[in-house]
Amino acid sequence: MSDILKPETPEQVLEAVKWAASEQTPLELRGAGSKAGLGRPMGDLPCLDLSGLTGINYYEPAELVMSAAAATPMADIERALAEKNQQLAFEPPDLGRLLGGTPGLATLGGTVACNLAGPRRIKAGAARDHFLGFQAVSGRGEEFKSGSRVVKNVTGFDLSKLIAGSHGTLAVITEATVKVVPSPEKVRTVLIRWAQDGIYDHGGVKAMNDAMATPHEVSGAAHLPAALAKLSAVDFVAETGRAITALRVEGPGPSVEHRCRELRQLLGKYGATEELHSANSKVLWKEIRDVSYFTHEHDRVIWRLSVPPAEGSRVALKILEGNPGEALYDWAGGLIWLALRPRDDALAEVVRRHVDAAGGHATLFRAPAEVRQEVSVFHPLDTAVQAITKRIKEGFDPNGILNPGRMYEGM
Amino acid sequence: MKMPKPDEAVIARRAEIIAAMRAIVPDESVIADEDELKAFECDGLMAYRQLPMIVVLPETTEQVSRVLAYCHENGVKIVPRGAGTGLSGGALPLADAITLGLSKFNRILDIDFENRCVVTQPGVTNLAITQAVEHEGFYYAPDPSSQIACSIGGNIAENSGGVHCLKYGLTTNNVMGVEMVLMDGQVIRVGGKHLDSDAYDLLGVITGSEGLLGVITEVTVRILRSPETAKAVLLGFPSNEAAGDCVAAIIGDGIIPGGMEMMDTFAIQAAEEFVHAGYPLDVAAILIVELDGPEAEVEYLIGRVEALAKGEGATYLKISESDEERIRFWSGRKAAFPAVGRLSPDYLCMDGTIPRGQLAYVLKRMAALSEKYGLRVANVFHAGDGNLHPLILFDSNVDGETEQAEAFGADILKLCVEVGGVLTGEHGVGIEKRDLMGEMFTEDDMKHQQRLKCAFDPGHLLNPGKVYPTLHRCAELGKMHVHKGQLPFPDIPRF
Repeated sequence: MSDILKPETPEQVLEAVKWAASEQTPLELRGAGSKAGLGRPMGDLPCLDLSGLTGINYYEPAELVMSAAAATPMADIERALAEKNQQLAFEPPDLGRLLGGTPGLATLGGTVACNLAGPRRIKAGAARDHFLGFQAVSGRGEEFKSGSRVVKNVTGFDLSKLIAGSHGTLAVITEATVKVVPSPEKVRTVLIRWAQDGIYDHGGVKAMNDAMATPHEVSGAAHLPAALAKLSAVDFVAETGRAITALRVEGPGPSVEHRCRELRQLLGKYGATEELHSANSKVLWKEIRDVSYFTHEHDRVIWRLSVPPAEGSRVALKILEGNPGEALYDWAGGLIWLALRPRDDALAEVVRRHVDAAGGHATLFRAPAEVRQEVSVFHPLDTAVQAITKRIKEGFDPNGILNPGRMYEGM
Repeated sequence: MKMPKPDEAVIARRAEIIAAMRAIVPDESVIADEDELKAFECDGLMAYRQLPMIVVLPETTEQVSRVLAYCHENGVKIVPRGAGTGLSGGALPLADAITLGLSKFNRILDIDFENRCVVTQPGVTNLAITQAVEHEGFYYAPDPSSQIACSIGGNIAENSGGVHCLKYGLTTNNVMGVEMVLMDGQVIRVGGKHLDSDAYDLLGVITGSEGLLGVITEVTVRILRSPETAKAVLLGFPSNEAAGDCVAAIIGDGIIPGGMEMMDTFAIQAAEEFVHAGYPLDVAAILIVELDGPEAEVEYLIGRVEALAKGEGATYLKISESDEERIRFWSGRKAAFPAVGRLSPDYLCMDGTIPRGQLAYVLKRMAALSEKYGLRVANVFHAGDGNLHPLILFDSNVDGETEQAEAFGADILKLCVEVGGVLTGEHGVGIEKRDLMGEMFTEDDMKHQQRLKCAFDPGHLLNPGKVYPTLHRCAELGKMHVHKGQLPFPDIPRF
C-alpha cells in the first residue's frame, strides 16, 4: 500500500501538491474512490485522498446556485437540494456499481471531473453546462479559480469547461460551484411496448427522435431491448417481455398531462403505449441513469459511445453483428451503453471503426486493468488535438504529477 | 486604453505581406486602400478606432489555413472579425495586424432535422439559422439583441447570450462542434453531431475565447422545436426592491420563465417615447415575464406569476392577449439601447452580472455614483440571470466627460464584483474591460488562463491586446519555481 496524503483543508491540498511538485512525486487523486476503475490504470501511486474536503459552503436557493467542497457526497448535495425542492438538472449518475464498486459514494468533484450526466443531458446539458466555477490547485502547486457564483459570465477563458471532464489530470478541485434548478412538479413516462419478438432497436431510435422533434420537451429518451427491459424493477416494464421505449415528460401538472397525451397519439403507430406515473418513472430513470442493467455480469466489458442520435441503432447493431452483447440506448440514441463478452482487445478496433464512421466518441468504460492498459480507454485524438491536449497538460501540470497517464499514455 | 506597441518592422513589410495574401486569396479579397479600410476601423464599441494594416477576406478553410500559416512563419498578428457587432472591442484592429474577416463564410452547409442540428459557416447570421429551420417549426435558441446582424462565429467567440438564455442556455450550451484553424495553419475539428466527447473540452474553452485561440471556419449548433405558444406579462412596481423581490418570488416558486427582463424609470420613459410599447409611466420599474410552452402550461404559470406579482405589490399588470401584443411588450426592451441613445450624444453600455438578491442594493449604489459623476444612467436588466446593462449617458464633445463616463462604468463593474458578481455577462472582455480583469482575478488565475492560450497560440499572434492586461511570454509561464524539499507538511494527515 502506497502512502496516503489526506488534506482536510484547501490550504493543506496546496501544501501537498506543492510538495509533490517539488519532489516530482506523482499522485492519484481520489474523492470517495467510486470511479477509481475509470480511465487507464496508473499503477500503485501515492494517493491524494480528498475525502476530508466535505461540506456545502454556500447554497442560495433563490440564486439557483450551490458551492461545496470537492469531496462532498452527491447524496448530501441531493438531500440539501431536495429540502428546497431543487435538483441538479444534469441528473448526475451513480456509476459506482457499474464500475464494480459500491453505489452511493460519488462526490461532487468526481462527478464534475468526469463530466458525467444522466438522461436529462438531452434537454438540460451535462455537468460541464452546470459547472459555474471552482477553486483548485494546479499541478504547478498554485491555487487558482475560475468562473463565479452567477450563471451568466463570460469574463476570461471558461476554464470550468476545461476542468470538467479532465479526470483530475490538470488540477485538484477544492471547491465546485454548480447551477441548481427547481425540481419539476410532476414526472411521467410514456412507454412504447414493441411487438412480441424481433429486434426493435431501429424502431426505438426512430420513435425517440420523432418525440425529440416535437415541442413537448422530452427530458429523457431511452430504448431498452427486451433482454434489458426484463431486468427492470418496474413490474410494468419487466413483465411485458418486450422491448420498451421510454420518453420522460416533466413540468407542471397540466402541461405534463397534455404533453403525454400528445406523445401517445404521435407514437401509437409504433406499438401499444402506456404511462408511468411519478414513483415508477423515478425508478425506471434511475436504472437507466445508473446503467443498472449491466451491473450483474462483472466480467463483461462496457463501452460508452456518444454518436449522432439518429445513428445510434445502426452503430450499435453493426458492432454487435457477430459479437454477442447488449446495447442500452439513452439520449434518444445518442448515448449507447454496450456490454460485450470479455476479450483482451475489448473489440476496440471494431467499436471505434463504426463510431468513427458515424462521427462520435467511444470510451472503454469498464474492463479489467490489463485490458485498459493495452487498449486506449479514451477515444484516440487526431495529431493536432493531441498536441494541444499535451501542451495544456504541460502548462497546468508540468511535472506530470496529477493522475499521470489516467487519460492518455505518457500524459 | 493602451494597445500593444505596433511592430514597425512588420508595418515596413506591408507591401510584401499584401503580395503574399494576394497569392492566397483573390486580389479583391485583400483590402489595403485606406478609404476601404475605414469600414473596419472599429466594431460595436465605437469609442475605439484603429485602421487595420490590411484586411483579408478568405472564403475557404484552406485559404484561412494558408493565411495563418504565412502569418505564423512571418510573425504577423491576426485579428479575427465576424460581423463586427461586438460590444467590447474584441475585433478592434491593430496597426500591425491583418484583420481577418469571415464575412464570406456565409453558407449554411447542412440542416439535419433528424439529429436536430445545423452545420454552418461562421459568417452566417444568428437569425439566418432560425430562418433556415423555422419552416419545420425549429429555431436556434440563443438570441442576442443584435441577432439580425451578428454572425454565429462571433457568437461563439463571445459566448453570446440573449433574453432566452435563462431557460435555454448561452451559446456554449447550444454549440455542438466547430472546425477551427490554429495559428500555425493546422485545422482541427472538435465535437460534431454527437454530445460530450470524453476528452479535454476544447469546444468549451474555444467558446467565449474572443478570437484568442483560433479562427473558427465551421460551426455545428443544436436546434430546438419552437414552443407551442408564448405569452408575456407586463408588470409595474412602485420600487426597484419590489420588482427585485418579485423576480426572486417567481424563481423561488420553481418557475423558470422563457425570459424575464427589468427596466428602470429612465429606461421605461426613453423606450416608451421611442417605440410606444404601452409601458406604464407611473412606476419605478417594470418586469416583462415571458412564459412559453404548451398552452396548458403557459396559462397555468401565468396565473401563478400573476398571484406572485400581486403579492409583491405590483401596481400594474397586463397579460399579452395576442402575439402582436407580446411582441409589443418586447419592442420597448429590445429598442432600449437606441431609445436611451436618442437622449444623449453618446452612451456607454455596461454588462456586469450580479447575484439577483443584490439588485436593489446595486441600483441604490449606482444612483449614488450617478450623482457623484454627474452623469445619468438608465438600467435594463436580464433580471432572471442577474445580468445588468446600465447605460451611462455622456457627451464626448464635453471636455473630460468621456473619461468620467469610463470611470463611472469601471466603478459599476467593480461594484458588481464586490457583491459577488462578474465584469461581463455576455458582451465579453475585449479591450473594454481588459484592465479591470485584476478586480476579479489574481495573477495566478490569469496566468492559468494564459497557459491555455499558450497551448493554442504560443507566439501570441492571435488578437493580442485583448482580454488580458498583461500577456506573459509562454516560456515564462511554463517555468516552475520550486524549492526542493522545503516543505515538511507537519499539518497534513498521512497514513
